[in-house]
Amino acid sequence: MAEERSHITLTKSDSVNVVTFTDRKILEEISINEIGEELNKLVEGEKGTKILLSFTNVEHLSSAALGVLITLNKKVAEQEGTLKLSDIAPQIYEVFKITRLNKLFEIHDTAEKALVTF
Amino acid sequence: MESDPDNVTHFETCVVRSDFAGTTAPKEAILRELERCGFCTDATFAIKLALEEAVANAINHGNGRDPNKRITIKYAIDCDRAVICISDEGNGFAHDSIPDPTTPERLSLPNGRGIMLMRAYMDEVTYRQEGREVCFVKQRVARGDVADG
Repeated sequence: MAEERSHITLTKSDSVNVVTFTDRKILEEISINEIGEELNKLVEGEKGTKILLSFTNVEHLSSAALGVLITLNKKVAEQEGTLKLSDIAPQIYEVFKITRLNKLFEIHDTAEKALVTF
Repeated sequence: MESDPDNVTHFETCVVRSDFAGTTAPKEAILRELERCGFCTDATFAIKLALEEAVANAINHGNGRDPNKRITIKYAIDCDRAVICISDEGNGFAHDSIPDPTTPERLSLPNGRGIMLMRAYMDEVTYRQEGREVCFVKQRVARGDVADG
């Protein structure tokens, strides 16, 4: 069952926390910080947590949002967990390519394809 | 150069308070102009991203999150290109000494990508006033493409 938060929707698929974003634009710092806080709560005190971030609704993304993803990735790694990304629109994937963050994150075309790799 | 900000004869100018809410109205006005002038979705995406990065840098780094300072957003948009300048009231900075965020040792740092993205997406990016103002230019139709009307 989906759990609504202010900026993200959380569903469980077996042991994986599947996160989708409710905002189409992840651009402005206030909402980015709030997203960061909501994502960090998924990790705090959770050893080996598995998170899939699906960008299926997202049309815009700024460098501050990339910063939140990088921080989350570090926290997940510290907790010996796994973070994967999926459903990134071509325009946004280009941002990952330009910044070479497509090398830092494990990115899958779809959530379905990502889920079988956990 | 035709797209040199110095050659623009008329800018729309907005002076707003230095926070994200304060910059919403001019950003929306710019997006309306881009739509009116027929900028394609890729160009609009690029300009929106560059604008957001420039505004964030002005608020956070230029004005040091001081709500008493102001940001000036100037824009001139027509059927050929968009010229947008963002200036802050800070001390400026050495824009050419910003390290490359894509090197292995910097790749996992959470910040430092804004200027790189502006340069990647805009046709021209220039810093003036010792770094207190950034101007960027995006042609409506990429060189080599055929205009669609």
